[in-house]
Amino acid sequence: MSQPNPLLETPEPLLEIKGVNSFYGKIQALRTVDLSVHRGEIVTLIGANGAGKSTLMMTICGKPPCRDGTIRFDGRDIHALPMHEIMRLGIAQSPEGRRIFGRMSVLENLQLGAFLTDPHHFEEDLERVLQLFPVLKERSGQRGGTLSGGEQQMLAIARALMGRPKLLLLDEPSLGLAPLIVKQIFSILKELNRTQNLTVFLVEQNAWHALHLAHRAYVMVNGRITLSGKGSELLEKEEVRAAYLEGGQ
Amino acid sequence: MTAAFSKKQKAVVKGAIISSLMAATMAFLLSIFMLGLRTKSAAGALVLEPRFTLVAGITVLVFSGRLLLHLFWWNKKALSSHSFKQPGWFEQLASSKKIGWFGQLALAQKLKGLGKHGGTIMIALCFILPLLLFFFNLKLGTGLPLRYWFDIATLILTYIMLGWGLNIVVGLAGLLDLGYVAFYAIGAYSYALLAQHFGLSFWLCLPLAGLLAATWGVILGFPVLRLRGDYLAIVTLAFGEIIRIILLNWYQFTGGPDGLSGVPRPSFFGLPFKRYGDQTFHIFFGLDYSSLHRILFLYYIILLLALLTNFVTHKMRRLPIGRAWEALREDETACRSLGINTVNTKLTAFATGAMFGGFAGSFFATRQGFISPESFTFIESAIILAIVVLGGMGSQIGVVIASVVMIGGFELLRNMEGLKYVFGQEFDPSLYRMILFGFAMVAIMVWKPRGLISARLPTIFLKTETAVSPSPQNKGDAQ
Ligand SMILES: Nc1ncnc2c1ncn2[C@@H]1O[C@H](COP(=O)(O)OP(=O)(O)OP(=O)(O)O)[C@@H](O)[C@H]1O
Ligand SMILES: [Mg+2]
Repeated sequence: MSQPNPLLETPEPLLEIKGVNSFYGKIQALRTVDLSVHRGEIVTLIGANGAGKSTLMMTICGKPPCRDGTIRFDGRDIHALPMHEIMRLGIAQSPEGRRIFGRMSVLENLQLGAFLTDPHHFEEDLERVLQLFPVLKERSGQRGGTLSGGEQQMLAIARALMGRPKLLLLDEPSLGLAPLIVKQIFSILKELNRTQNLTVFLVEQNAWHALHLAHRAYVMVNGRITLSGKGSELLEKEEVRAAYLEGGQ
Repeated sequence: MTAAFSKKQKAVVKGAIISSLMAATMAFLLSIFMLGLRTKSAAGALVLEPRFTLVAGITVLVFSGRLLLHLFWWNKKALSSHSFKQPGWFEQLASSKKIGWFGQLALAQKLKGLGKHGGTIMIALCFILPLLLFFFNLKLGTGLPLRYWFDIATLILTYIMLGWGLNIVVGLAGLLDLGYVAFYAIGAYSYALLAQHFGLSFWLCLPLAGLLAATWGVILGFPVLRLRGDYLAIVTLAFGEIIRIILLNWYQFTGGPDGLSGVPRPSFFGLPFKRYGDQTFHIFFGLDYSSLHRILFLYYIILLLALLTNFVTHKMRRLPIGRAWEALREDETACRSLGINTVNTKLTAFATGAMFGGFAGSFFATRQGFISPESFTFIESAIILAIVVLGGMGSQIGVVIASVVMIGGFELLRNMEGLKYVFGQEFDPSLYRMILFGFAMVAIMVWKPRGLISARLPTIFLKTETAVSPSPQNKGDAQ
């Protein structure tokens, strides 16, 4: 597959993080993180438990706020904005632990995903999303909380897609899912990226899948980015293989 | 017969006796202090009158009751071999009771199924029935105690309206508000003061009172924006008390404990309900004067106000703001990550709920003609909250059922004159209302922990309507 290198095409990245430090109280969770995501790219961030991956994702969304450095999205500095305004700029998130609305129906969850978009698009977007995840169509009237883990994950992604995001943030979409479902979700992401030019920033434990899917990847250790490069390149690297791939798959 | 007891049965019976003895001891200890001694004023002093028979009676009752439950209900299977045959009638009773249960379930299903039509029919009945009864009394001379009935209906409707108002805050937005009565008080005092000082009419004051209450809702909302659950409950509780204490102590403005009397009564498009005068309601319509006119009119006002509350809530649930309320109840962080402004969402919930509380308050003031801080104590908040919780948080029809049962029940209790013949002339059944209220709470907690009507109807459907059924084992449920 010959993928054009988006780095050469667009000079300004869609998301640009420079020198970001983040703290939980006195504990420093992110240490001068630099990272960028270009339009039409799938970028993944891998790292051990507690490395700070989810923290970085939440810092992009404004909570916890970054103490130093800049975060630019779509040409705007967003690091001082409150979370809901950042999301309004066209970022959608499927957070760690899915966080779907347990007592509301699947359809209502999707409707809330479209909270910011023009209601005229709703039917069309719904159709599109339900086509991607046919299970959700079957379960449209069911309470979100009674879905299986995998279905909940699909709902979380579908809900994020309902907002017509410019950038989709996914935190461990493969968590707790059967290998087959993981494969299915990743192929859907690939498809969306290819056909609709969806930009994805993906945090993953499942390094093998993630590195295969992504155009570029970053490795985080203890709140620092230690490695970065093309997904396929990182797959070859000895350090990556030793730490995240061997014994995994 | 004893010889035929199996070992297992013996163990069961032994366990039953022990457990019943324990329960009886507990009942004995509790009743010694609560019922066994009674203070009586006799010849200038207070004497204690022991009531041992009562204590003994209760102890025996608890013992035998628990024993019976053990033997015939909880351990039916273990004991129902041929050697320990249950009496036939009991079997029958037990099974008929079961049918009763399922019957009830079916009824609940039907209630849900009836949905729209049931609601419309009920509303129509609420409109027509009073007029019909009124004409029966007038033309046929049936002599029904209509005044009393309408008063109770008005009272119940007031609580339904308050319940629906609080339901927005507690049931939909999930913000536990223990000080709702504050907005009721603000509405009542707003109307009374505006009417007395500026001579404004009820219909002008009503929206003003709602507006004022909503403003206070926002003022309360700001400091509690960051609070959740228990902390929120404590602050709202305090707010309720603060308002009451201010009303109690700001003598020059509110009349303090004396309250405000002579609050103007509402008029029918400018026609007052008075016996004498040139332009009164009955003269204008060529009717004979009857004090029932005003009572009926008040009934229709509160009916309309309550329906307005329900209608607005119903519509709001289908608007983005209503969806945001419900999502807020489920998960605040997820809300924010979908771009929902949680600050505004909370404030609108507080303000909307408070507004309806304010409406109800000014209705209360115009109905009573007299208000004082007495009417706005914490117990009112507790009753309204109980109505919402017992009804099943977020359920509109649940609020109706709970109000009818609770408020209607209190009234029924007051009128159980017949009980006096059983318990003696001093017996005042309405003194027991809090105990019964407690029983009702416990019963609901045991059998319907999610309230009477716990099914929540989604606001959007793909094709066919299906209720999102409650299931106690659901995953990812925050509560
Ligand atoms: N709210 C919080 N308060 C204090 N410390 C926190 C908080 N959230 C995370 N941390 C700490 O910050 C560090 C990074 O956490 P983070 O959730 O970003 O890890 P992660 O890379 O996403 O790990 P995982 O793969 O297990 O999800 C951890 O040491 C964690 O204990
Ligand atoms: Mg994480």
